[in-house]
Amino acid sequence: MRHIVIVGAGECGARAAFALREKGFDGEITLIGAEPHLPYERPPLSKEGLAGAEQPKYVAGAERYQAARITVLTDAPVARIDRSGKAVKLADGRSVTYHRLLLATGARPRTFPGAPENSERIRMLRTHADALAIRAALAPGRKLAVIGGGFIGLELAATARKLDAEVVLIEGLPRVLSRGVPEEIAAVVAEQHRREGVEIVCGARITAIEDNGASACVVVADGRCIAADLVVVGIGAVPNTELAEAAGIAVDNGIAVDRTLRTSDPDIFAAGDCCSFPLQQHGGRRVRLEAWRNAQDQGTLAAANLIGGAEHIASVPWFWSDQYELTLQIAGLADGAALTVRRDMEEGAFILFHLDGGGRLIAASGVGPGNAVARDIRLAEMLIAAGARPDPEALASPETKLKKLLAA
Amino acid sequence: MSSNWVEVCAADEIDEEDVIRFDHEGRTFAVYRSPDDEYFATDGLCTHEHIHLADGLVMDDIIECPKHNGRFNYKTGQAKGAPVCVNLRTYPVKVEAGSVFIAIS
Ligand SMILES: Cc1cc2nc3c(=O)[nH]c(=O)nc-3n(C[C@H](O)[C@H](O)[C@H](O)COP(=O)(O)OP(=O)(O)OC[C@H]3O[C@@H](n4cnc5c(N)ncnc54)[C@H](O)[C@@H]3O)c2cc1C
Ligand code: FES
Repeated sequence: MRHIVIVGAGECGARAAFALREKGFDGEITLIGAEPHLPYERPPLSKEGLAGAEQPKYVAGAERYQAARITVLTDAPVARIDRSGKAVKLADGRSVTYHRLLLATGARPRTFPGAPENSERIRMLRTHADALAIRAALAPGRKLAVIGGGFIGLELAATARKLDAEVVLIEGLPRVLSRGVPEEIAAVVAEQHRREGVEIVCGARITAIEDNGASACVVVADGRCIAADLVVVGIGAVPNTELAEAAGIAVDNGIAVDRTLRTSDPDIFAAGDCCSFPLQQHGGRRVRLEAWRNAQDQGTLAAANLIGGAEHIASVPWFWSDQYELTLQIAGLADGAALTVRRDMEEGAFILFHLDGGGRLIAASGVGPGNAVARDIRLAEMLIAAGARPDPEALASPETKLKKLLAA
Repeated sequence: MSSNWVEVCAADEIDEEDVIRFDHEGRTFAVYRSPDDEYFATDGLCTHEHIHLADGLVMDDIIECPKHNGRFNYKTGQAKGAPVCVNLRTYPVKVEAGSVFIAIS
């Protein structure tokens, strides 16, 4: 019996399961997840979902899994992969055999060394349960300290301000969004946060995070304590590679896959936040992304290859973030850019185009109100995928339609 | 079902392979001109998160949502894959005397 088992019922695992059916796979599909819910979208957890919804935003309702004959096991952490017996062993003792296995185990938040675990005042944000707990602790006048000026920390800060909580955001580096976001764009984002009343402390060296019962305390290098009702640590994520590692599958900053998403075991694939893969547009450099569309794209690609395809990863990394009325979108990876040109648009929106030494467009980063930059970032993504070398002046000029450059 | 034709704009106000937003009596629509110079209309908001589709990109017969790149065939309204799974409603369109009209029921 052909049986594809997917470990990790997140965005990527769910996408892969549906894609298997869409591509005509007729065998059994079992999707196994550690969380108590059907797969849901994480992006809303730091955005409107935190402020509003009791229920997570599901990728699909139960009836769609049923219609597609996908067996979903929730609350079912997988403890071990038995490669020789071709089976996964669940923590509750159950065993599920596979003919092909997909690991879509995602990532988990990086913990702050020495911070107390299981403290109600010191939390992280990855799951619906985390979001509910954080929201319960936020109320007008309560003080939130966000550790880390990355996307999740900044989005959480914005949402907390909407709930009228007081917010201080503490970042160790000299500016927010150091990873992957150009300084000009980070500055716009930081400025918006300051206008909305977030206190941003950059270049802070945090020596400890403590729970004193009545409040939490973020201790910075000079010994000062920044007190808060709630501390949320958002200092990045680590891929869930332990299952793979214990089974002897190659791991390299993520479960290492080739450009078809196959791991070092030919019957086992990995996709989404948990894997590292060679990025074609960057000369095959191994990267790991933590991005929602990548999880979907790789889920779809994994499905094709699990059933015998040999498709290569070709999509350009794409990411978005919403903070207040601002949306930021980034296509490609900007590191390694030799030249950056700026296109100014309406309502203060702008896009930075990043070109490499040979004039090839490798990334585009844009920020603006609403969806002001969306269309051009999408076109830039297509230019990047095509390996285009557009004229920098044309990119900078708002009069030139990017669609024209694409056709050229 | 009676429908009334509502004037949207002059036909040449929509570029080829492009879309505009059209608001009418509290409702919002997206009106398209295809690469082969035909006109179409759908509901204006994405079925995933209520985002205006007119900020999105038209490619052939596809409108791509600006927010998370959900795709629809704007000629049929059909959702073309994740994250969108609910189709868009479409509306009849006619071009008369250089103007675009849509039939709102
Ligand atoms: C708060 C937040 C906001 C975000 N906002 C954005 C955004 O605005 N834009 C964007 O592009 N991306 C955003 N992301 C990132 C995006 O959500 C992730 O890239 C995406 O969820 C990755 O999907 P995945 O399926 O690979 O992993 P995950 O969503 O992490 O799913 C993996 C699942 O596997 C389960 N699992 C792990 N190990 C086991 C095991 N041994 N047995 C069983 N189950 C297991 C986990 O419990 C989890 O449910 C955000 C993420 C978070 C947390
Ligand atoms: S709002 Fe349109 S795809 Fe999400």
